[in-house]
Amino acid sequence: MANMNMIQALNSAMDIMLARDPAVVIMGEDVGYFGGVFRCTDGLQRKYGEHRVLDSPISEGGIMATAIGMGVNGLRPVAEIQFADYIYPAFDQIVSELARLRYRSAGDFWAPVTVRTPCGGGIRGGQTHSQSPEGIFTHVCGVKVVMPSNPYDAKGLLISAIEDDDPVIFFEPKRIYNGPFDGDANKPAVPWTTHPKGDVPEGYYTVPIGKSDIVSAGTDVTILTYGTMVHVAEAAAQRGNIDAEIIDIRTMIPLDVDTITSSVKKTGRCVIVHEATRFSGFGAELTATVQEECFWHLEAPIQRVTGWDTPYPHAFEWEYFPGQERVVEALELVMEPA
Amino acid sequence: MNSKSRLHIPHPPARPGEKPDFSYLQISPAGVVARPDVNAHARDIESLAYDMVRVLDDDHSAIGPWHPHLDPQDLQVALRHIMLTRIFDDRMLRNQRQGKTTFYMKSTGEEAVSIAQCMALEPGDMCFPSYRNQGLYVARGRSLVDLMCQCLSNTRDMCKGRQMPIMYHWREGRIFSISGNLTTQVPQAVGWAMAAAIKGEDDIAATWVGDGSTAEPDFHHALTFASVYQAPVLINVVNNQWAISTFQAFAGGERRPFAARGLGYGIPGIRVDGNDFLAVYGVTRWAAERARKGYGPTLVEHVTYRASGHSTSDDPSRYRPKEEWDDWPLGDPLERLKQHLIALGEWSEDRHETLNEELEKHVMDCWKEAMSYGTLTDGPKLDPDEMFEDVFAEMPEHLKKQRAHLKKLRS
Ligand SMILES: Cc1ncc(C[n+]2csc(CCOP(=O)(O)OP(=O)(O)O)c2C)c(N)n1
Ligand SMILES: [Mg+2]
Repeated sequence: MANMNMIQALNSAMDIMLARDPAVVIMGEDVGYFGGVFRCTDGLQRKYGEHRVLDSPISEGGIMATAIGMGVNGLRPVAEIQFADYIYPAFDQIVSELARLRYRSAGDFWAPVTVRTPCGGGIRGGQTHSQSPEGIFTHVCGVKVVMPSNPYDAKGLLISAIEDDDPVIFFEPKRIYNGPFDGDANKPAVPWTTHPKGDVPEGYYTVPIGKSDIVSAGTDVTILTYGTMVHVAEAAAQRGNIDAEIIDIRTMIPLDVDTITSSVKKTGRCVIVHEATRFSGFGAELTATVQEECFWHLEAPIQRVTGWDTPYPHAFEWEYFPGQERVVEALELVMEPA
Repeated sequence: MNSKSRLHIPHPPARPGEKPDFSYLQISPAGVVARPDVNAHARDIESLAYDMVRVLDDDHSAIGPWHPHLDPQDLQVALRHIMLTRIFDDRMLRNQRQGKTTFYMKSTGEEAVSIAQCMALEPGDMCFPSYRNQGLYVARGRSLVDLMCQCLSNTRDMCKGRQMPIMYHWREGRIFSISGNLTTQVPQAVGWAMAAAIKGEDDIAATWVGDGSTAEPDFHHALTFASVYQAPVLINVVNNQWAISTFQAFAGGERRPFAARGLGYGIPGIRVDGNDFLAVYGVTRWAAERARKGYGPTLVEHVTYRASGHSTSDDPSRYRPKEEWDDWPLGDPLERLKQHLIALGEWSEDRHETLNEELEKHVMDCWKEAMSYGTLTDGPKLDPDEMFEDVFAEMPEHLKKQRAHLKKLRS
């Protein structure tokens, strides 16, 4: 075991996979010599050479398309999109190509591409360095969608993603790269050394895609959340003194419906928390699933706590970010006696 | 020797600790490149994409057919704009370092591009800049206080707190809103120019994009549409050698100059010394006249150097030698224009020093005024209600509800 922040954990996952599997290649803007603008690929080009870790031209569509071509020709590319906000030039290649290749060729062609991309706000990045577009990709049939909330999961899930024969969009909440963040920007930053999930095995291990994690067991209400918001939800439940069962969704596609529904059936209440905008966000899918599976067990309407339906504003970052106060408000609402 | 194919991986000539080496740069002597008529056929002037238009020679005199013969007063104005842009950038960097703003990007070393081009264009011409064209605002006379207020996201911020620092816009000044997403503005400029032609107006569009950003497909959309419709547009590639940590070779600059990208589309390409104010001005006049007279688009590559880090989030000493800027063979645009004016007998070290002090003081005064309208942490603040405005022309119900929700939370 070693203490790692999320950047080191992701780096370790790629390091291990580059060593284990000669088909793994890494490509993206500034990922090679420089080691990535967030330093996630630091040192990997030096270790594995310029044919395994490639700096790319600034063309997200080009990165995605060539990663598909490489994948078709037997490689296992890990493509980095520098910010999730810059994934849209690659959208057609993801939606029309990467996601559907296996289907349209009746299983004869596929491309096991992993797309890593930092997402989320809280770093004063304004509207083009803060977005959480996971819901756009969960609406696409044929890509898996993953978002870890801590270093341990990040490493294990990234190894699973790279080994997966299906394409995986791997969102990395950049606000928690260096430490867990509970939504209170006025508190001093805490490093991952303070958190049990900052303890990460140095060697190979996997965290399965398709399994949620019960972060804390509870009986009053189920909180469904992922990414940075796992930490906000934990702090909010404590602050509201509510015995919440917090489920870190971890993988949106495929979704671990069993873990979710057995929890809601037990607690009878459900609050969904994500940083992405509300309208047609992934919370809407979770709401529908819980309603379909747990209707007769629900004792209060399901609540959603999300970003507002506006672009992410630079100046109003903390008015925008769905922090503890808003989660507490939703928890109190569902706890109100009928 | 391995006869199997291997990938070519571009490399910059020098990494940290190594000696800078600019021997890859093809540099023409000043004054030697011919200036064709503005209605020349792209096919007949292909060499312009490979040569380098230069006007200022090593003795600081201006020579050759591209010399725009500006009045000394205009050159003094230009020098003032360049100096002001540089002082503004330096001050804004320091303000970011002191935690007053969240982010900044300097244009140091490449100021002549924006200043010369803006001065060579007409006031009605529309600019579609990248994030490194603050000189356009200086040359078109926008108050620095306004730019600073944007960087502070304060109560006078033109973007109402919605954009990161430096993402300015200026409708009346005809400068388009800066996007964080690279290269999107380039085909938009082509569309704007097409509209001007459809409406029968004389205005043209100009747009700027970095060397690295030419790799985005939007750049190719722009060239295709500009070529097909012969739109009145001036497309500028600012080749400052670096795109964050990647050398311009990663955008294909190693094979052919960026100016030559136009040739395949039948668009004339002109490669110009981007640190030579007079050359940039002369080339811009040529391309603007060509566009305005209906002879179509031009692609201009400005060869220059990004003297500062990519942004305040960047540390260039990790990927390039610190001494590169000192060794840059095309020099400093500010220094070259200053020396030219001195050689003309129209400027002196004393006058330079006096102006420098005046501009430093002006920038400090502007900063003090801007701070009085608030910062992200102190003083008056924008109303968070603003966050919900302008998503649509008229606010739909669901946003009104969310706005009310936030209001309730804050009360
Ligand atoms: C679509 C998109 N991809 C990636 C980025 C991240 N990014 C911002 S600036 C930059 C480098 C651009 O370099 P260049 O075009 O040479 O312009 P310069 O910074 O040198 O002026 C990158 C990769 C972005 N803003 N938008
Ligand atoms: Mg550049």
